[in-house]
Amino acid sequence: MNSQRLIIDRDTTPALKSFVKLRHDKGRDRWIILAPERILTPDETAVEVLKLCDGKDSVGNIAGSLAKTYNAPVDVIEKDITTMLQDLSDQGYITS
Amino acid sequence: MIEAQDNNADAICAVAPMGLLAELTHRCPLQCPYCSNPMELERSSGELSTQDWVRVFQEAGDLGILQVHLSGGEPTVRKDLEEITQAAVDAGIYTNLITAGVLLNKDRLAGLRDIGLDHVQLSVQHVDAKLADKIAGFKGGYSKKVEVAKWVKELGLPLTLNSPMHRHNVEYLEEIIEFAVKLGAERLEVAHIQYYGWAFENRNSLIPTKDQVYRNADIVDEARERLKGVLSIDFVVPDYYAVRPKPCMGGWGSQFVTISPTGKVLPCHAAASIKGLEFDNVKDKHLRDIWLHSSAFEKYRGTDYLPDPCKSCEFKEVDFGGCRCQAFMFTGDAANTDPACAKSVHHKDLLAIAERESKEESEFLYRKFTSQREPAE
Repeated sequence: MNSQRLIIDRDTTPALKSFVKLRHDKGRDRWIILAPERILTPDETAVEVLKLCDGKDSVGNIAGSLAKTYNAPVDVIEKDITTMLQDLSDQGYITS
Repeated sequence: MIEAQDNNADAICAVAPMGLLAELTHRCPLQCPYCSNPMELERSSGELSTQDWVRVFQEAGDLGILQVHLSGGEPTVRKDLEEITQAAVDAGIYTNLITAGVLLNKDRLAGLRDIGLDHVQLSVQHVDAKLADKIAGFKGGYSKKVEVAKWVKELGLPLTLNSPMHRHNVEYLEEIIEFAVKLGAERLEVAHIQYYGWAFENRNSLIPTKDQVYRNADIVDEARERLKGVLSIDFVVPDYYAVRPKPCMGGWGSQFVTISPTGKVLPCHAAASIKGLEFDNVKDKHLRDIWLHSSAFEKYRGTDYLPDPCKSCEFKEVDFGGCRCQAFMFTGDAANTDPACAKSVHHKDLLAIAERESKEESEFLYRKFTSQREPAE
């Protein structure tokens, strides 16, 4: 079922696992990720990335669309979000 | 995936707790001798009603609580667990069922999933069926738990296995990790038990040696690397062999709140062990008012009350002086530095006790309503 480590690359179509929830914590005015026994507070960039992780779009596409929105070099963005998603995946929060 | 949380934006949230431990009952078919419930178990006749809990979760959601642990005792003893879970889900709170599993059937679990239960944490006493059942004082528990773990996975719920560590399973950590992987758990908690309440009474039949604990730490380091993205492992050493105290509850009255079966609101699940503290009850007051104003919360909130060595310590805002309950147990004053800290004058006593008792042997005092034994000297 989850017997292998997911390696994130540009073709991966990432999504948060069903039991990992990205929510806006209105009272504290911030975004949070709720997971078993964990509450993470992703920074603004991570939130923008995670909102695009729908399990259909690839990392390459997500990087492309963020590059347009923020007028930034796509290769830098792709590298950054791959690292971020790999980290979240290694914590058990990402599926593809 | 993205859900709006419809809480009232409220300045209170800035200081609100994030986690709630809801002890729905102290009844439990298991009798683990290290149970984290207090020695004085609360009777079922005094338990909060369904409607009380429904209201408590509304109040908790409004206050800004984000996660609830539905625990006990054994929470599935309560026939109204479904309605209680529903109330937590309706309040937008992430729900975690902490269960021994032995009373569950697959239909009930499926029902809880359909209500919106987010996560199941299942206790496992040992990988050896006979030893597991002996530790829990419950025949057939082990095989039932394996079955429950399979149901959890079949129903698509995430699974954490929780194996409290002590002398009788400390040498089996590698097997426990493999067991968790085999059952498809996403997380494994292998926290060494801390010696409060029932575990304190049973300390000389439970505490492992320092070498055993540190070998565990090496095994966890290796497994974490090998099982990246497959299994997350939480590991905690017993305070007696620590050098620095744990930042207990993330600070007293700072992040977490516990509600006992009868509705007492506690800064931590062991807080009733501190003599002289008075606890408010959700039956009498709104949870928000209790959180903000209850004397039990106010007493040790922050770090201003801490004496030396904490007062002048650079880690004061990191570990908040450790655990109030342990400070009380060993120094008679809950305001003192936790003796788990190497800077405490009591630290050497703690280590000496551990080293002596790790070589002793004794029968378990099983956790049940009728257990009685003269307090240890």
